[in-house]
Amino acid sequence: MTTARRLMLAVAAVAVGLSACGERDQVTVYKQGQYQGKPDTKPWENDPGASLYTSSKWNKGDKTSWESAVRTRNLAQNEYTRVE
Amino acid sequence: MARMKFLCDAERCIECNGCVTACKNENEVPWGVNRRRVVTINDGVVGAEKSISVACMHCSDAPCMAVCPVDCFYRTEEGVVLHDKDLCIGCGYCFYACPFGAPQFPQAGAFGLRGKMDKCTFCAGGPEKDLSKEEFAKYGSNRLAQGKLPACAEMCSTKALLGGDGDVIADIYRQRVFKRGKGSEVWGWGTAYGKPDQPKAAPAGAKS
Repeated sequence: MTTARRLMLAVAAVAVGLSACGERDQVTVYKQGQYQGKPDTKPWENDPGASLYTSSKWNKGDKTSWESAVRTRNLAQNEYTRVE
Repeated sequence: MARMKFLCDAERCIECNGCVTACKNENEVPWGVNRRRVVTINDGVVGAEKSISVACMHCSDAPCMAVCPVDCFYRTEEGVVLHDKDLCIGCGYCFYACPFGAPQFPQAGAFGLRGKMDKCTFCAGGPEKDLSKEEFAKYGSNRLAQGKLPACAEMCSTKALLGGDGDVIADIYRQRVFKRGKGSEVWGWGTAYGKPDQPKAAPAGAKS
């Protein structure tokens, strides 16, 4: 047997022997299902005047203006900017 | 935008349960169901007592969604985790999966019949026509559709509970922590609200 063949056999034996040492995930990976319920409407698709007592103003269907209105409302939670 | 989140400042929460009351009132939640509650540790121990208001945290990778056998959960574009009560079978898997105990089950009858799951909706209603009677009856108020934020956060008297766009409330909280200027090892009014930059000089003859 030639040296090259012996070397190849040795490499193959090592590869086969070490293949059992591989690491596999032991944790179950949950695959999330697809939502099966009814569709929901987006908040910005509502008319701002649809409810009483709301001070927020946005253009119906315009997500950016709704976000801006909510952001303004959100910043009101920072009392430091309200008092300074 | 914007992922809607809650953030509760344990330094400020005074366990007044205003958030719990606001939630109950806004959504007309039935008796026995608590969408939000205040948890206190080291109750009565001076300096070590901390309270925090807990509800559904609207997880980015929500375990309730993962375990639901009928796939009744969905996440809105604003990052709010909601569910369809028409589809819910009341099995309770979501309750076991949730690390915050957010899912609640109304009980009725002599044998404690377990109803369909109810939880915090971030005041975003559910999969019914927005601002309709059906939506209110099943899911409670839809304040997001009115350009408002959750009643619990907006009602909080000490502004311990912040709710809204995660980036915005993180900025508010960061500014607050900088104002305090100290770590969590100290407590009290100065820690929670900061101290004035220039303390007023004590009047002559006053005790220090």
